[in-house]
Amino acid sequence: MRRVVVTGLGMVSPLGCGVEPTWSRLLAGHSGAREIEGFDTSDLACRIAMPVPRGNGSEAPFDADQWMEPKEQRKVDDFIVFGVAAATQALADAGWKPVSYEDQIRTGVLIGSGIGGLGGIAETAITLKEKGPRRVSPFFISGRLINLVSGYVSIQHGLKGPNSAVVTACSTGAHAIGDAARLIALDDADVMVAGGAESAINRLGIAGFAACRALSTSFNDRPTDASRPFDKDRDGFVMGEGAGCVVLESYEHAKARGARIYAEVVGYGMSGDAYHITAPQDSGDGAYRAMSAALRRAGLSPRDIDYINAHGTSTPLGDEIELTAIHRLLGSGANALSMSSTKSAIGHLLGAAGAVEAIFSVLAIRDQIVPPTLNLDHPSVETSIDLVPHKPREREVDVVLSNSFGFGGTNACLVFRRVQ
Amino acid sequence: MSDVAERVKKIVIEHLGVDADKVVNNANFIEDLGADSLDTVELVMAFEEEFSVEIPDDAAETIVTVGDAIKFLEKTTAA
Repeated sequence: MRRVVVTGLGMVSPLGCGVEPTWSRLLAGHSGAREIEGFDTSDLACRIAMPVPRGNGSEAPFDADQWMEPKEQRKVDDFIVFGVAAATQALADAGWKPVSYEDQIRTGVLIGSGIGGLGGIAETAITLKEKGPRRVSPFFISGRLINLVSGYVSIQHGLKGPNSAVVTACSTGAHAIGDAARLIALDDADVMVAGGAESAINRLGIAGFAACRALSTSFNDRPTDASRPFDKDRDGFVMGEGAGCVVLESYEHAKARGARIYAEVVGYGMSGDAYHITAPQDSGDGAYRAMSAALRRAGLSPRDIDYINAHGTSTPLGDEIELTAIHRLLGSGANALSMSSTKSAIGHLLGAAGAVEAIFSVLAIRDQIVPPTLNLDHPSVETSIDLVPHKPREREVDVVLSNSFGFGGTNACLVFRRVQ
Repeated sequence: MSDVAERVKKIVIEHLGVDADKVVNNANFIEDLGADSLDTVELVMAFEEEFSVEIPDDAAETIVTVGDAIKFLEKTTAA
C-alpha cells in the first residue's frame, strides 16, 4: 500500500470563505450561529442556524460569482457551488493543475453530500404541483444529484481519474477522504480531491431535522449559546452549511513535485452500529470499533493520540456515548488527550462535517494548537479528558483522530499524523 | 425594437450569460451563443413562461436563432 499525504486544503464555512479566515476565527472563539433569515421560521421549533456568510459586512464573505459563472449557478443547488469553491481552493493551495493527459487521468474526485439538493427538490415539487411538468427545468436533476459536485469539479479542472461520491449522512466527508486515500494507496490514482458539501438550511431541512428531534430548540433567542457539545444544557445540534475539500496525494508524487505536505493520512476505520436509524448504540461500540480499526490501520496505539476532533454534535444522547467509547479506547491514558468539538463554533455541516473537521485536524498538526469547544460551561459527565473549553490549547500535536457518525449507524474515523 | 424582441433578448442574455451585443437576430443559440441542447430546452420554457404560451416540441425544434424566437412569439401572441 502506498503512503498518502494531504497537500491542499479548501473550505467554505459558517465562519467565512477560505481555510485561513475560518481557522483564525475558530481559534478566536467566534460562533457562526444566528437567527435564520430568508425563509419563514415562525412555525418551526428551531429558528437558528449557521449559514455561510454572504456579505452584509461579514468577515471573509462567500461570493458565489468568484467560483462559478452565474449562468451555471442558476442550474444547481448551493451545495454544488460550495463544493466547487472548496475544491478549487484546495487545488490552488496544493499547486496542482494537471494539464497533460497523463496527469489528468491520474487525478480523481470524490466529494460527497449527506442530502444533496434538498432546497431545489422542495421548490421544484411545488412548481410541478402548481404549474405542471412542462415547467420543470431540464437542469432539475443534474443540479440536485450528489455526485454532481464531483462532476462539476472534474469538468472545471480537467480531472479525468476516478470520479465518485459518498452518501453516508453525517459521516460522508470522512468516508470520502478515507475512501479517496485508499484509491491512492491502491494505485488507482496519484492525486484525489476529496471532501463533502452541504446546503440543507431551508424550510424543509429544518422541519425534517426538527421533526426527528435532532435540533436545538431552547436557544432561539441566544443563537451563539445553542451549540454546546458535552455541556449539561445541550439540547440538539445547530445546522451549518458549507464544504470542505482536501487534495490527497501519494507521498512519492508529492515529494517528486516538491509539494508542501500538511500531514499523512495514516488510518481510516469504518463500522456499522446495526442498531437504530437515528440513535447511536448505547455503549458506543460502533464508534469504538471505527476508532480501533483506524488505529490498527495506522499501526498506532490509543496512547499515541494527542487530539481527537470529536463528532460531538451537541445532542443529548450522542455526546456522552462518544465519550464512553473514547474512555473505553484509552483507558487510563485518557488524561493525556485533548478532545474538542468544533461544531460548537460552526454547527453541524452534515455531509460536509467530516471533511471540514479533517481540515481542522490537519491544521492542529500544522500549528500545534487545538481548537476550543465553545459554550462548555458545565460538562454533563465527569471526565479526565481535556475537552478544551472556551479557549484553544497550545500543545504538542503529532497524531490526530477525527470522528464522524451518521444516521443509519454509519461510523468513520480518520487518523492524521505529522510527517517528520 | 418591438416589445416582444426586447423581452426575448432579455431572457436570452439572462439564461445564457452572454453580452447584449451578441444577442442579434441571426445569432444561433448553439453555434453563436454557447448554448447546449439542455440550455435550449430551458430557453423555450422561459419563453413559454414569459409570454404565457405553449410551444409544442415540433415548433420548438424550428427555433434555433434569436430571430426565430421573436418571429414565432410575435405571431403566437398576435393571434
